[in-house]
Amino acid sequence: MTVISDAIIVIFLLAGSFLSLVAAFGLIRFPDVYTRNHAASKSATLGVMLVLLAAFFYFLFKNEIFSSRLLLGIAFFFITAPVAGHLISRAAYNSGVKMWEKSVQDDLKYKKSHEKKLP
Amino acid sequence: MAFQILLNVFLAALWMFLQVSFSARTFIIGYLLGMLLMLGMRRFFTERFYLHRVWAVIYLFLLFLKELVKANLDVLKLVLSPKLKMRPGIFALETELKTDWEVTLLSNLITLTPGTLVIDVSDDNKTLYIHAIDIGDVAEAVDSIKNSFEKAIMEVSRR
Repeated sequence: MTVISDAIIVIFLLAGSFLSLVAAFGLIRFPDVYTRNHAASKSATLGVMLVLLAAFFYFLFKNEIFSSRLLLGIAFFFITAPVAGHLISRAAYNSGVKMWEKSVQDDLKYKKSHEKKLP
Repeated sequence: MAFQILLNVFLAALWMFLQVSFSARTFIIGYLLGMLLMLGMRRFFTERFYLHRVWAVIYLFLLFLKELVKANLDVLKLVLSPKLKMRPGIFALETELKTDWEVTLLSNLITLTPGTLVIDVSDDNKTLYIHAIDIGDVAEAVDSIKNSFEKAIMEVSRR
């Protein structure tokens, strides 16, 4: 029984830290603000979720404590992460940060140029 | 929906009074029995039975988890591939959702799934501008969001 619970904890922990590592790697590697924002705020969501779940299972199996605060942590992370990501990229776009030159299309440009014509 | 939940709690309290036992266990049994009773009489309510909506919320959550894992694997592949072959861009998504909280929920879910990120919402709440890290086919991306998230959210908010 302890072998199974240990295996679950280890798998969650390793997967979570691997995803966080990939997020950091992507942050360095990607070319512009928008794509970096993808790596920073998104791959990290699943990574943090898995690490917190591993901690939750650790307390559940080893100490038999149902640690509801860790579950709450996941919930609050899911509420706050997209807001931060959205605001950062929106602020970048509105202050005129250029997209990567290999970007394919930009539907927002049309809207912005129209907005300026209006009073 | 609020009325139905209140009625269900009232039925559970009634069961506790009938049993003369005021423990959590009796409350839960009474709640389940009341739910069964209301399920039998659901055609007398003007709205649909509230468990449908609870189920729709659970379905939305499971759908979100599935998309989260799938999209994470896609971004993982992009980050770890030796050459940057991605084609990022911003595309517009026309949404049929009306109220503020529906649009908020949709854009939060889109932003949470890796690979797509809502940058701006038009003033009339009808168009979402989404930055995608790898646009394969715009029509396909729009379709997949419309068929999964938007449909599930409409199922939650339907009366």
